[in-house]
Amino acid sequence: MKIIVASGKGGTGKTLVAANLAYALSDQKEVLLVDCDVEEPNLHLFFPQGGYELPVTTPVPVFDADRCTGCGRCAEVCRYGAITVLKEPPPLFFEKLCHSCGGCEMICPEGAIHEEERAIGKIRFSNPCDNIILISGILDEGEVMAPRVIAAAKSYAGGHPTTILDASPGIACPVVEAMQGADYCILVTESTPFGLHDLALAESVTRCLGIPSGVIINRFSDEDDQVMDFCRSKDLPVLMTIPFDREIARIQNTGGLISESMPAYREKFADLFSRVTSAGGFSR
Amino acid sequence: MKVCITSRGPGPDDMMEERFGRAPFFIFFDTESEEHNAVENPFASGAGGVGPRAAQVLIDTGAKAVVTGNVGGNALGALRAAGISIYFLREPGTVKAAFQQFKGGKLTEAF
Repeated sequence: MKIIVASGKGGTGKTLVAANLAYALSDQKEVLLVDCDVEEPNLHLFFPQGGYELPVTTPVPVFDADRCTGCGRCAEVCRYGAITVLKEPPPLFFEKLCHSCGGCEMICPEGAIHEEERAIGKIRFSNPCDNIILISGILDEGEVMAPRVIAAAKSYAGGHPTTILDASPGIACPVVEAMQGADYCILVTESTPFGLHDLALAESVTRCLGIPSGVIINRFSDEDDQVMDFCRSKDLPVLMTIPFDREIARIQNTGGLISESMPAYREKFADLFSRVTSAGGFSR
Repeated sequence: MKVCITSRGPGPDDMMEERFGRAPFFIFFDTESEEHNAVENPFASGAGGVGPRAAQVLIDTGAKAVVTGNVGGNALGALRAAGISIYFLREPGTVKAAFQQFKGGKLTEAF
C-alpha cells in the first residue's frame, strides 16, 4: 500500500499528516516514510537521526572537440535549449537546462558525444525509531531536476508494503512524479479560499492519474462550508478534520508529534489508515 | 557587419523589444547597405531554455552585435562565447531608431 500525501497549497499540513500517520502505524507494523519534497525536505525534523547518504546523479553529454564537426544536429534535437553550437567545436553546454533525454548522443553522426554522470542531489536513509524507516530525497541547492531525485527516492523505497510518501506543494512535475504509482492520495487542505483553490487543482491531478483520493481539512473552521461543498460535489470523502488549535501548533512547532503527545490522535490516524486501505480496496 | 535588433514586429518601424530570448522578431541590419531582413523568433513563447536557442539564431545568421533591452544569464553565456557584442538600449523607440543610434556610435557595449 502506497499512500501519497499532497495538497496543492503549501503549508497546509502534509508533513504533519505523513509524520503522524507513520508514527501511529508504527505500533502495529514497519512503515517506510519517503520525503518527496526534495527542494525543502522536512520530515527529518520530526524524526531526527543521522543515517547515511547515497548520491543521485543524472547523465549529461560530454563533447569530444576532435570529433565534433559543428554540424549542429545536437542543438536542433535539444528541446530544452541546453546546447548552443558555436563556429568552433565543441558546442556550449548548459548543464542546468539539460533534462538527460540522451537525444544529442543518439543523433550525433560523428559519435562525438558520450554521457557522464553529474551529481544533483542525495538520498538519506535513517531508522529514527522502531518500525520507521525514513528515506529523504535532497536536491542540491541551485539544481532544478527535482523529479530525478524523487524517482531515485521512490526506487530505493521499492515495494515496501506500507509506504507513506510526502509530496511537495504545487501540482507541477515533481508532484506528478511523486504521485505516480500511488494506491491512494490524501489531499491536505485548510479552511481558507487559498486552500480550496489549490485543493481543486490537486484533485484534478489525482483524477488525471486515476488515483483514489480523500481529504483532510487542517485548521478546520466550522463556519467554512466551501471545502465541504467542494468535496461533496467531487464525491471526495473528508477523512479527518484537524481543528485550529494552539496545543497542536505548539507540539508541531517544537518538532513533536501529536499522535505521540495526544493519544486521541494516535487512534484517529490509525483509523484513518484503515479507512484509506478499505477505500482503496486493499487488504491490510 | 550584421547587427540584430530585437523587435516586437517584423518591420523597422515596429517598436524595439526589450527582452532578448522572448523577442517576437529579430531584425538583422547590414551596417554598410542598411538593408534589413526580419526573422520570426520561434522560441518567443517557449517553455524554457529560450535564451540559448535564440542566441543560436543569431550565431547561425552571422550577426556580430545585438541591440536589446536585457539578456538573461544563459543567453549571455552563449552570446559572449560566440563573440557577439551586446548593446543595451532601454528607452522605448522604433527598431530603425535603435539601428541609427547603434550605427552612429551612440550606444556603448554592455560588457
